[in-house]
Amino acid sequence: MTAKPKFAMYWAASCGGCEIAVLNIHEKILDVDANFDVVFWPVAVDAKYKDVEAMEDGSILLTLFNGGIRNDENEHLAKLLRRKSQILVAFGSCACEGCIPGLANLSPVGDIVHTAFNTLTTDNPHEIYPRASFDVPEGELHIPRLANVLRPLDLVVDVDYYMPGCPPESHQIAAVVDLVVKVVKGEAELPPKGAVIGVGDSTVCDECPRARNVKSITEFKRIQDVAPVDPNLCLLEQGIPCNGPATRSGCNSRCPNAGTQCIGCYGPAEGVLDYGARLIAAFASVIDAKEPEEIERILDGIPDPVGQVYRFNLAGSLLKASAEAWKAK
Amino acid sequence: MTQRISIDPVTRLEGHGKIEIFLDEKGNVANSYFQIPELRGFERFVVGRPIEEMPLLTNRICGVCPEAHHMAASKAADAVYKVDPPRAAKMLRELLYMAFYCTDHTTHFYALGGPDFVMGPDAPVAERNILGVIHKVGLEIGGKVIQMRKYGHTVVEMLGGRKVHPCSSIPGGMTKGITEEQRKEIEEMGRWAVDFAQFSLKLFNDIVLGNKAYVDLILGDVYTHRTYSMGLVDANNKVNFYDGNVRVTDPNGREFVKYEPKDYMNHIAEHVEPWTYLKFPYLKNVGWKGFEDGMDSGVYMATPLSRLNAADGMATPLAQEEHDRFYKTLGGKPVHQRLATHWARLIELLYAAERWVELVTDPEITSPNVHTKPTDIPTEGIGIVEAPRGTLTHHYWTDERGVVTKANLIVGTTNNYAPIQMSTNKAARSLIKDGVVNEGLLNMVEMAFRAYDPCFGCATHSLPGQMPLEITIRDADGNPFEVLKQFC
Amino acid sequence: MNDKTFEPTIIGFTCNWCSYRAADTAGTARVKYAPNVRLIRLMCSGRLDPTFVFKAFAGGADGVMVTGCHPGDCHYVEQNYKALRRFILMKRVLVQMGIDPARLKLQWASAAEGVQLAAEINKFVEEVRALGPLHWNLDYQEAVSTPAMEEVTA
Ligand code: SF4
Ligand code: SF4
Ligand code: SF4
Ligand code: FES
Repeated sequence: MTAKPKFAMYWAASCGGCEIAVLNIHEKILDVDANFDVVFWPVAVDAKYKDVEAMEDGSILLTLFNGGIRNDENEHLAKLLRRKSQILVAFGSCACEGCIPGLANLSPVGDIVHTAFNTLTTDNPHEIYPRASFDVPEGELHIPRLANVLRPLDLVVDVDYYMPGCPPESHQIAAVVDLVVKVVKGEAELPPKGAVIGVGDSTVCDECPRARNVKSITEFKRIQDVAPVDPNLCLLEQGIPCNGPATRSGCNSRCPNAGTQCIGCYGPAEGVLDYGARLIAAFASVIDAKEPEEIERILDGIPDPVGQVYRFNLAGSLLKASAEAWKAK
Repeated sequence: MTQRISIDPVTRLEGHGKIEIFLDEKGNVANSYFQIPELRGFERFVVGRPIEEMPLLTNRICGVCPEAHHMAASKAADAVYKVDPPRAAKMLRELLYMAFYCTDHTTHFYALGGPDFVMGPDAPVAERNILGVIHKVGLEIGGKVIQMRKYGHTVVEMLGGRKVHPCSSIPGGMTKGITEEQRKEIEEMGRWAVDFAQFSLKLFNDIVLGNKAYVDLILGDVYTHRTYSMGLVDANNKVNFYDGNVRVTDPNGREFVKYEPKDYMNHIAEHVEPWTYLKFPYLKNVGWKGFEDGMDSGVYMATPLSRLNAADGMATPLAQEEHDRFYKTLGGKPVHQRLATHWARLIELLYAAERWVELVTDPEITSPNVHTKPTDIPTEGIGIVEAPRGTLTHHYWTDERGVVTKANLIVGTTNNYAPIQMSTNKAARSLIKDGVVNEGLLNMVEMAFRAYDPCFGCATHSLPGQMPLEITIRDADGNPFEVLKQFC
Repeated sequence: MNDKTFEPTIIGFTCNWCSYRAADTAGTARVKYAPNVRLIRLMCSGRLDPTFVFKAFAGGADGVMVTGCHPGDCHYVEQNYKALRRFILMKRVLVQMGIDPARLKLQWASAAEGVQLAAEINKFVEEVRALGPLHWNLDYQEAVSTPAMEEVTA
């Protein structure tokens, strides 16, 4: 039997949706099975960390890594899989840019822990918090230590390719699987290192069928105050802060098609260094006002500017985390 | 000398998990700990975000059941504005949710919990997965499982805009309705789902109930815990997934309490242990007595099994019949044998499919009136749905602009954390004796929690394990005491 | 670090038409403005990409100043209003990121207002000096640690 190339998939601080998206490529997954030896994939295969540690460096051809780096275990696995893999793909928004869990970078980690263990229903009069190592009568138990900020994969290890999306759309994953299978068979070449794969090269707006006419708005509105939206008109023109103008194409403008704004899960469009900055520019362009007071009033319609412009991208943005979060201790 | 066994990560499980088993000098289990090594902090960072973002942000808590978070958060957001969505909107949400349930329960049964059963816990690792199942019961079944999952996802995408992390439910209702054409298509898929659910129950009947060893395993003491049972019920005390009141029955099957979602904080509290990032919910009015069974311990379960225990029956006819057969076979209500959860799950699958058809054949389902504009000043709201892995509670407080100022989330799986810890502990105790540890036994420990939540939606195509499994048992000084390997 | 020896690093983005000339005028008129400011010339304040501002902060700037032609005087008609809108939205983002919005300043200046511009620059330098160093990403890598729970929950 000639050895098939080895494949691994791992989730760090992840919701698991990326794994579901991979499994949703349905029959295509059999191509993965036919062309690869799946050596590590905790969700699907009974193999443990120790097995990976025992592998030779570089012996895994392709690793899809999803989830951000939230704790020292995530970091350890990222470094381990980097060493063991020839091609490491940051898979999904979490690994590419931090995603929704990256919004935690607005708060000091102590706050996060405090909040979680002092909610309305938590019975915690003695202020007990999880400990990285704790002595139980039978011995010492260990859990990972939380980092004070969440990092995307490439702030921890070298990344070969990026595949954004929360999660990446299955048709895009299928296309990438096809490509990799071709590469393995020598029928295609890999894209240049650092490439963003499984995406389009323009913006969600370019894929969006909604009509754009006037580009000036005098009020930002919330979806619940507008619904049902005009089915044919650009949502931004209807006053809804749609992130389409800054977001990379590839999903076929799913959310605007469903009658709601693009929230930006495919991350920055080609050539955009900082997603939020691009979106600030885009929103500022459509506001129809010249007086500071009037501009302020219109912007009050966006109650959470950072959440709006960095919803998926905070951890991967130029600023990465709020001062409070990383200067806390 | 204490020895220690680690199972890390627990495979075929939603998210991360780690089991530490300590042996005493005689090689018997001294204690075990099921640890959750992760905290992402949603309750903190949803603060400051607008309420309408909750159905989108909290999706990302779990990609296996984002639909449940989408719904619970939307219902909480409705409550924040005191807005009642039009009937069609609620039906669309529930329809989406039923399609999700069918997919999720199918995945669970065939890919996660099922392999242990159909193949047997002693089967080699490489066969204990969906491919093994297909191999054993025929290729045709694999096709059906794939089809069911596809149908479920198709409906979620049609109604929710996306397959994973839907986006169409907003405060006051939905962003869009469905056309008659779509309705027809969804109805057809729903009818197929009912057939599929019946087929799955028959399969369970033939393979599992027809095999005395499996029945003994189900009914054996190893996997039994006499705890309270929780589930959402409708006005007739029948199982409901989308709406209703939370009902809790005691270990003897009598109603302990039935509460409205808005009163949850009077009934649920969460206990903290310093060796894990997850909290342990319990019944506040019984109290936390540690990881204990029985009337005096506030531990409860919230699973397919508990939902059947907590309700008087099923709201659809075919599922009701199966419900009756279930309790007749297992000796009456309540059932505490946790492995029976797999069977209960299939009964729920049938209910979800029947409900799917009911909803999609309602004349109002194609109504274009799917949203009510909120007019009240937003304040505070609670939304509860029954997630496949337990009662899911979202609670938000907002300022007058509808920006979240505080949040409390009690997430599906969390409900079962204490019982999972108890079940894995008990399984380890009964299955590891006098230093005899083998890989099949360890898998049975994993089986103990898979009955609750093995949710990882790893789908019909989970791949065969081809790696040797290696478990190192260490003595108190950290020296390897024994290394077990299994090659496949 | 808040002592008098702290010399803030300030990046100034100036429009090519009015305000750069104002700075020029200041220079030729030997009106002194603090050397802390590094001027980067743009064709128009409307060309100011918020990316430049975040990059400046992330790269070690303690303050960022944007100058443009007075309202009504922009050579590209209304682009300076766009700059104003970007500026206001950026400030809101900076506040949430924990960066004092006073570290970002927008100043209109005509070609003739060299003296006034120099005075504003000097004032801004003093304001930023008073705020102390920002040291954004310089400390970030170091800050990415996994502190003990005992520490963070203390
Ligand atoms: S990118 Fe989205 S789907 Fe993937 S793990 Fe992160 S939150 Fe989940
Ligand atoms: S702003 Fe949104 S709705 Fe408008 S065209 Fe772009 S993606 Fe479509
Ligand atoms: S429209 Fe935007 S948020 Fe929706 S799937 Fe596409 S990129 Fe993601
Ligand atoms: S040309 Fe000076 S601001 Fe536009």
